[in-house]
Amino acid sequence: MALPARWSQKIEIPDSADEVMEIQMGPSHPAAHGTIKFNLKLEGERIVDCDVEVGYLHRGFEKMCEQGTWTQVFPYTDRLNYASPCINNVGFALAVEKLLGIQAPDRCQYARMIMSEVSRIADHLTCLGMAAGEVGAQTAMFYMLEARELLYDLVEAVTGARLTVSWCRVGGVARDLPDDFAERLGRAFIHLDSILADCDKLLSRNRVFVDRMAGLGVIPVEDLISYGVTGPLLRASGVSYDVRKADPYLFYDRMDFEVPLGERGDNYDRFNMRFQEIYQSKRILEQALAQLPDGPVAVADPRITLPPKERVYNSIEGLMNHFKLVIEGVKVPAGEAYQAVEGANGELGFYVISDGSGRPYRVRVRPPCFLAMGALSKMLIGHMIPDIITTFGMINMIGGECDR
Amino acid sequence: MIENLKTRFGAELKEASVNNSNENVIAIARENAPAILRALRDEPEFAFNFLTDLTAADWLERELRFDVVYHLYSLKLKHRLRVKIAVAGKDAWVHSAVELWKAADWLERECYDMFGIRFQGHPDLRRILLYDSFQGHPLRKDYPVTRRQPLVEEVDPVVNPRPPSS
Repeated sequence: MALPARWSQKIEIPDSADEVMEIQMGPSHPAAHGTIKFNLKLEGERIVDCDVEVGYLHRGFEKMCEQGTWTQVFPYTDRLNYASPCINNVGFALAVEKLLGIQAPDRCQYARMIMSEVSRIADHLTCLGMAAGEVGAQTAMFYMLEARELLYDLVEAVTGARLTVSWCRVGGVARDLPDDFAERLGRAFIHLDSILADCDKLLSRNRVFVDRMAGLGVIPVEDLISYGVTGPLLRASGVSYDVRKADPYLFYDRMDFEVPLGERGDNYDRFNMRFQEIYQSKRILEQALAQLPDGPVAVADPRITLPPKERVYNSIEGLMNHFKLVIEGVKVPAGEAYQAVEGANGELGFYVISDGSGRPYRVRVRPPCFLAMGALSKMLIGHMIPDIITTFGMINMIGGECDR
Repeated sequence: MIENLKTRFGAELKEASVNNSNENVIAIARENAPAILRALRDEPEFAFNFLTDLTAADWLERELRFDVVYHLYSLKLKHRLRVKIAVAGKDAWVHSAVELWKAADWLERECYDMFGIRFQGHPDLRRILLYDSFQGHPLRKDYPVTRRQPLVEEVDPVVNPRPPSS
């Protein structure tokens, strides 16, 4: 069949090599695992300017927290960083407990620490797996997601849910660790170790992968600090700041672990930081399980902890206690407190203000990836379009937390 | 550290105390803020090189309605400080801290977005989480939580049905 005559015509394309092109990437881009828009100015494929637009997942977290009781905030915190919800739960619980001036029992503190580290491993595996998948290493991605599933099984065994855990309470946790938790964790670790070793072989010295990651996204350390960037991004540049060491909460001061540090602060170092932190989290888990004491998992204070169901159903005092706590909430003394915990992506802070009633007056979250996203355009300028994907992947923006 | 702050800044501090949660808190006036914040960042005994967080709180019934709250941290000395600046609702602005900490850029934009507090000297103060045509500032206590401002018209099968497709 003959082609139409116009097919053989030469099409004139103006030479646009030195022209600045403006394009918008996102808000729903298949290679960016988050709803975010980049307004780019390009010279050829080189980024000359970049404006990052966030907020597509804004759900009014801070406003909604002011509407219910303190306990009712926990389900909202699950939906901040949904890759490691236990850490958010723990952070908020610690902030409220700081305001109340109480400390949860030892077993509870250990359980919180254990679940924080399990969540951190799951979060890092999500970040690493997605980052690998985005540059084409699909195999490594599925391996890591398989490993993550092992950890989600543990989370499910403890909390009853995989993501929306709502596990912590003011002054305690909702459920104790199951009796066979150590056994389950041991089994998961055996599997996890072999998967991590495979992924290490697949990626760490893989020429294609290293070329996509090394030397990219670097900004000077002073700028990182000035931008308020924390977590693996800051440590990849050699600054040893980890809230677990600098400002220990729970029983991290009893744990023997290291803070891995990078040298160059590029995407490859950031990748490596997370990989090594998984091994450190494993160390913490082993020690915490060995030290785990027996005892209650919530403070024995009827003004804070709900009574056991037998008392609620069989005595008027128990029923009233339950009713008052559920309807009016825990009475937190007026004041304010800021509590920082080390989230998987950096310092996760909760700034809470109470006016003395049973409801929070203000709950503010200091989201680690919001601050890191502020530095993203600086990391990108001068690089190429494909580098957006790896740099953005290493920031590991979690929309729920960044946009709240 | 509170003692150091008191000797260094004296009467410029409207309030300086360690609160019940064992946190260092100071309150300063808006006009002194740029100099004090710069001193807190640069002087070696404070060395607050990290602006951890910047936010606000709305106390609707107070004359100085808003508290702009800075959380500072020093990587070197490992100490924290909370700085508060109270401003009136009709005159809700403070000086921008972008020159001191770049983190203030996005944090101040968020604070403007949520509370309508303006930051003098901010290079690009526009909304960040909400869209430009959004009316009002949702974290103010007088913004009703039920108020909805959808960008796309909300359809309801009874109240506001979709037009029948042809």
